[in-house]
Amino acid sequence: MSDVAKFLVGCAVERMEDARFLSGSGNFADDLAVDGMLHAAILRSPIAHARIMSIDASAALAMPGIHAVITARDIGDAIPIIPLRLAPLPEFEPFRQPVIASDKVRYVGEPIAVVVADSRALAEDALETIGIEFEALSAVTERGASENALFDFAEDNVALRYDAGFGDADAAFASADYVRTERFSVQRHTALPMETRGLLAEWNSSAGRLVVTGATKVTFYNRRALAQMLGVREDDIDLIEIDVGGGFGVRGEFYPEDFLIPFAARKLARPVKWIEDRREHLMAINHSRDIACELSLACRSDGMMLGLRGRIFADMGAYIRTNGGVVPAKAAQFLPGPYRIPNVSVSVEAFMTNKTPVGTYRGPGRFEANFFRERLIDMAATDLGIDIAEFRRKNLITEQELPYPIDGLVPYEGPTSYDTGDYVEVFERALKEIGWHEKRHLQGKLIDGVRHGIGLGCFVESGGAGPKENAAVTLEKDGSLTVAVGSSVLGQGLETVLGQIASDTLSIPFDRIRVLHGSTTLLDEGFGTYHSRAVVMGGSAVLDAATRLREKILQQASNHLGRPNSELKLVNAKVVADNGASVSFAALAAGRELQADGTFSNDVRTYSYGTHAAHVTVDPRTGAVKVLDYIAVEDVGRAINPAIVHGQAIGAIVQGLGGVFLDHLIYDDQGQLLNASLADYLVPTASDFPVLRAVTLELRPSPSNPLGAKGAGEGGIVAVAAATANAVAAALAPLNVEIHHLPLTPPRLWRLIKNAHARAITAA
Amino acid sequence: MTPVRSVRLTVNGTQTTVTVEPRTTLADALRNELRLTGTHLGCEHGVCGACTVIVDGAAVRGCLMLAVQAEGREITTVEGLGSAAHLGALQLAFRKHHALQCGFCTAGILTTAHALLTDEPHADEDRIREVISGNLCRCTGYLPIIAAIMEARIAYSDLQCEAAQ
Repeated sequence: MSDVAKFLVGCAVERMEDARFLSGSGNFADDLAVDGMLHAAILRSPIAHARIMSIDASAALAMPGIHAVITARDIGDAIPIIPLRLAPLPEFEPFRQPVIASDKVRYVGEPIAVVVADSRALAEDALETIGIEFEALSAVTERGASENALFDFAEDNVALRYDAGFGDADAAFASADYVRTERFSVQRHTALPMETRGLLAEWNSSAGRLVVTGATKVTFYNRRALAQMLGVREDDIDLIEIDVGGGFGVRGEFYPEDFLIPFAARKLARPVKWIEDRREHLMAINHSRDIACELSLACRSDGMMLGLRGRIFADMGAYIRTNGGVVPAKAAQFLPGPYRIPNVSVSVEAFMTNKTPVGTYRGPGRFEANFFRERLIDMAATDLGIDIAEFRRKNLITEQELPYPIDGLVPYEGPTSYDTGDYVEVFERALKEIGWHEKRHLQGKLIDGVRHGIGLGCFVESGGAGPKENAAVTLEKDGSLTVAVGSSVLGQGLETVLGQIASDTLSIPFDRIRVLHGSTTLLDEGFGTYHSRAVVMGGSAVLDAATRLREKILQQASNHLGRPNSELKLVNAKVVADNGASVSFAALAAGRELQADGTFSNDVRTYSYGTHAAHVTVDPRTGAVKVLDYIAVEDVGRAINPAIVHGQAIGAIVQGLGGVFLDHLIYDDQGQLLNASLADYLVPTASDFPVLRAVTLELRPSPSNPLGAKGAGEGGIVAVAAATANAVAAALAPLNVEIHHLPLTPPRLWRLIKNAHARAITAA
Repeated sequence: MTPVRSVRLTVNGTQTTVTVEPRTTLADALRNELRLTGTHLGCEHGVCGACTVIVDGAAVRGCLMLAVQAEGREITTVEGLGSAAHLGALQLAFRKHHALQCGFCTAGILTTAHALLTDEPHADEDRIREVISGNLCRCTGYLPIIAAIMEARIAYSDLQCEAAQ
C-alpha cells in the first residue's frame, strides 16, 4: 500500500525538539516566571578548610527586598545528608555531604547561607554584607596529606581502599618475559553544560504540596530523597522536567540546592527560583576525572598480554556525593579494556581533599582507564619491537571468545560479561579510516617544522544500566499519541528517538506524537537517564507500551469493523481490514482515549566497543598540537537515529579533546580554585578541532533488549585521551618524550621536550 | 528604591519601552521585561556567546551591554529570525544538519551567524569558524553548525541580490 508509513527507526529523522529551540521558544529553568516569585542566591565558602565561628546576617536582613537569610541554624539540629545513589559502599557513608555547612567548611564553594530576595540582584547585593568569622585550617589538596584530617572521626583522609581482580596476577608477573610499570594521571575537569543549573520551587501551604521545576536525570530518586529530607510524603512532591541545556553526567544529581531551594520556598510560603551563575557552577557542580594510576603490564616476549596490575588513586574532593565511588571503580573495571588479559588485579584508593566533590562525567572512569592502558600498550609494544597495531590485534578479544566474563573487578556489582561484537573488525576499520598503512611511516617525522604522530585507542564501554524503565502511551481522543517515559531528557534528542519507536510500532505519523519525559507526574515510577541507558531501557519500555496499545487498538477496531484481528493492519493512523474497510485512530479513541503501560526490566549490561585513531602534529618549538585527522569507530548495536548518534559521537570527541588539551580545574595549595570563569577555564571552540569523523556501526545488536541497542553517546569520548595522547607521544618519540599526564598543554609539552633535550645533553 | 530609567528601543521590528534599573543588562531586560526568553545566559561574563543579540546590525553580547545603552537602537533576537511554524533559512539549515542538541547555545549562534551572513553572505569556512569561535557549544562539536551556516549562505546572497535590484 502506498500510504504505509516508512519505518522511522534507523532513519536520520529531523528532530521534533528543534523548531522550538531554533525559534527561541524552548522552556528552560531560567525562563520560568510565576506570580510572587522570589529569587535566591547562595553564599559559598571563600576558603577551602575552616571552622565557622559565627555568621552575622543582620545587615543583609535589614536591606530592602530581602525576605530571608537561611543558614544551618534555620534548618535545625539534624542537617539533611545527601544520599549515595550509586555504588553504596558503607565506607563512604560518613563522608557524605550535608546540604549546608554548619560548623565546618571543606571546599571553596560549599553553601553556607541562602539569601532570598525580590530579585536576584538584590539577593546578590545582600550576600556581600553577610559577615562570617572563620578559623582557618590548613587545606588538604593532595594524596597522603594525612596530618589534617577533613573529618574529625577519621584518622586520615582515605575514605576507601579495596582490591579486586581475577586470575593470578602475581603468578603472571612472576613468569612474564616482560614487565613495565608506569604512573599516569588525568586532571580534574568537569562537563560544563551550557545551561547552568536552576530550579523553581513552589510550596502550596494549604495543600501541603511542593512542586520543583527544573529537575532531570533521576527525578524519581531525587523526589524520594527530598521527601525524606523535608519530612513530607513522596506523593506530596512533584519534580517537573522541562528543557535541559546539557547534562553529560553532572546535571540532575541531588545537590545541596535541591534541598535548600525547596526548603526556602516552604519556609517563606512563596515560589523561590534559583539560577546558578557560571562562577558558582564551576565550584559547585560535580568535578570529575582526577584519577592517578600506577599501571603494570606483564607480557610474553611475543607481545601476548599475561597480566595487568593497576592501582587507582582518586581525589574525591571534600565529600562523597550521590555517585559514590563510581568514577574510580569504573576506572579500575575498564583497565583491561577489550583485551584478553587472563590475570588482572586492581586496587582503588579514594581519598578526600578540600576541593569540590567529584561525580560522574560522560564516560566516567573509562576516559581515564583507556588512556592509562593504551599508553602503556604503546610503550610495551615499542620496547618489544612490535608494531603498535599488531600488538593490539594479537591481544583483542575475538568474537569466538564472547561472551567474555569480567567478573570481580567491582566489589559492589555482580558478574558481568562483554556481550557481543567483533572487536577486531572495528579495529581494522579504524586503521583503514585513518590510513594507517599509508601514514605509519610518518610516525615521529619532522616535516615543515612539526612532528607527525598517529595514535590508536581501543575501548569497550558499558551501557544500559538496570533495573528497569517504565512508559505509558495514550491514543488521545483526537487521534494523536502521547508517550510518557521515566527516562530524562538531557538535550540528547530523546523525544525524537522515542517518537520514532512509537511511530513505527503504531503506524502513526511522527508529527502526531508528543513525548513527555522525566516528570514525576507522568508515571508511578521512573529510573532516569545515565549510563547510556535512555534508549536501551526507556526505548524498550516505550516499545512495550506501544505494542500493548497496538493490541488494544486492534481489539477496538475488530469490534468496530466486525473483522477478526488477523484481518486487520495498522496503516498510517488507521486500522484497515483485508476487505478494504477502515477506521481511523481518532474514531477509535473518540469516545475514550486508549491507554497502555509498558515496562522493561533488565540487569544485563550492554557493551558497545570501538577504536579511535588520531593523526596529530606537534610543534616542538612551542608544544602546540594540531589534530589533522580524527576517527572514532563504534559499534552501538543499533542506531535508532543515525544522525543523532553521529552528532553525539562528534560532540563527545570534541569534549574529549577538551579534556586532553584544555579543560582543567586548577587549585592552588590553599585549596583555592584558580579558574572559576569561562575566561580561564578553557573548552574547545569552533576553530580548535575542525577535522573529525565518526563511523557508527551496527554489526552486532545487543541481545539484552528488543531494540538491539547498546547505548551511544559515551563511546565518542572514552578513547579520546588514549588515541590522542598516543599520537602526541608518537610524534615526540624521536625526542625521547613520553606522555604520562594530561592535559597536554603547550607549556607542559614544551617543558617535556626541553627536559628530554637537557637529559640527552647530560648523558652525552 | 533603586532609581529606574525608561528606555525606548525597537525589538524585532516593534518599538517598545522598558523600565529598568541602570545596572540591568540588555539580556536581562529582553528576558525579564519583554519576556523574550529565547536569548539565553550561559556565563554572564561575555565569553560563551549564548546571549548574543543583534544591535543595529552588529552581533553583541547581551550580558555585556546595559539596557540603558540600547536607547534608540534596533535589536534583533532569535525570536526575530523566524517562528517555530515559519523557520528562517538559517534555522532550517540548522535543523537539517542536526546543528543543535540541547538547544541552549543555539540562539546566540543563530544571531551571530545571521549578523555575519547579512554582512558577508560569501564568508568562507575559515571566516565562519573564526566568527563562531566566539560562541561555546558543548553538545555538537561545532561541525554540523559550520555545515549549516555554510549551507544557509545562499539564502543571504539571494537577499543581497534582491536588495541590489
